Amino acid sequence: MAKSKVGKVLFGPIIDNNPIALQILGICSALAVTTSINVSIVMSLAVVAVLAFSSAAVSMIRNYIPSSIRIIVQMTVIASAVIVVDQILKAFAYETSKQLSVFVGLIITNCIVMGRAEGFAMKNGVWMSFLDGIGNGLGYGMVLLFVAFFRELLGNGTLFGFELMPLDRNGGWYNPNNLMLLPPSAFFIIGILIWVIRLNKPEQIEEA
Amino acid sequence: MDFERHLSIFLQAVFVENLALAFFLGMCTFLAVSKNVKTAIGLGIAVIAIQTITVPANQLIYSLLLKKGALVWVNSLLIPTSTYDFGEVDLTFLGFISYIGVIAAMVQILEMFLDKFLPSLYNALGIFLPLITVNCAILGASLFMEQRDYAFGESITFGFGCGVGWALAIMALAGIREKMKYSDVPPPLRGLGITFITVGLMSLAFMSFSGIQL
Repeated sequence: MAKSKVGKVLFGPIIDNNPIALQILGICSALAVTTSINVSIVMSLAVVAVLAFSSAAVSMIRNYIPSSIRIIVQMTVIASAVIVVDQILKAFAYETSKQLSVFVGLIITNCIVMGRAEGFAMKNGVWMSFLDGIGNGLGYGMVLLFVAFFRELLGNGTLFGFELMPLDRNGGWYNPNNLMLLPPSAFFIIGILIWVIRLNKPEQIEEA
Repeated sequence: MDFERHLSIFLQAVFVENLALAFFLGMCTFLAVSKNVKTAIGLGIAVIAIQTITVPANQLIYSLLLKKGALVWVNSLLIPTSTYDFGEVDLTFLGFISYIGVIAAMVQILEMFLDKFLPSLYNALGIFLPLITVNCAILGASLFMEQRDYAFGESITFGFGCGVGWALAIMALAGIREKMKYSDVPPPLRGLGITFITVGLMSLAFMSFSGIQL
């Protein structure tokens, strides 16, 4: 019983209840950093860390927060977690943190983080909130990696920076699709992803 | 000369680097509140107002308190024998937490101000005002301001431009979505899926501004 609950909290958000694809939260930053897989992985790890620790921290103090100022308290906790992550990135992965530019800071206003703090951590224990944070962070990371996979492969002919399809400008055969490196492609890929998910899960279809 | 610089920042923020369509900022609200034009206009105006206030406010905080060397004025307040040099203090890492605090406070103040002096506008904006606190576009504009090191005057133009660009984008999307009610979209694409693809096409259209040099 206890074990299945852990599983549900941890793995539910990855597929069944994915925060980006189904609840449409936190797409703001999801789209901008997905031109290469490496950057997306770093971004996902940052979000997992922030979600897990801020959920745990909010859950720890949930009984002491007056409900009238809870939003600002959650915001402060999240902002502190983001500052720690940002400093760690600057210290150990400076190049990547340059590429992520303002988007690490924008984790603060990522609706997933606020949503989990408000919706789950305020009502559940520390350990469960921690797992819930990790699960939702991984769900977010999944979509990020999915989008980044297509954008990097089709836009640059590479995966993880290794050349899979030699580009024609380097004497290979693949003519890269530069659209994939531009912002609009991320919208198309997510739109198509939602389409595919809803084809397989008709109960998700919206009434127009 | 100076006017040209401001014009260039403004046009850049509205068209070339539109926060919604080129940087995906404020997407959550952008998709959720664009079902009809009327609410979109209300939210757009609120975002313009908040951007024009918070970006310059955060610029002041950044340049007078946080930036490396910004605290040099504290030295003159200390007793002359003190050996600590405040010019060396670099508080940039406190940026995120200060900006979000300023944004939350500004939204609250604007809310109280409107409630007191412009109740009709306050009622029209309703729930959107508090929602703006967690809109990434607002924090994003402040972070871009820090990254590009705008001066105070430039930050006002930049904040206003960002707001106008975002408002323009959400009104356009709302207009398209209203028309789309009459079209026959495949069921799994209905609602969110087709909205994403529409935004992608809009974004593609905005890309045509990207060659503009001012």
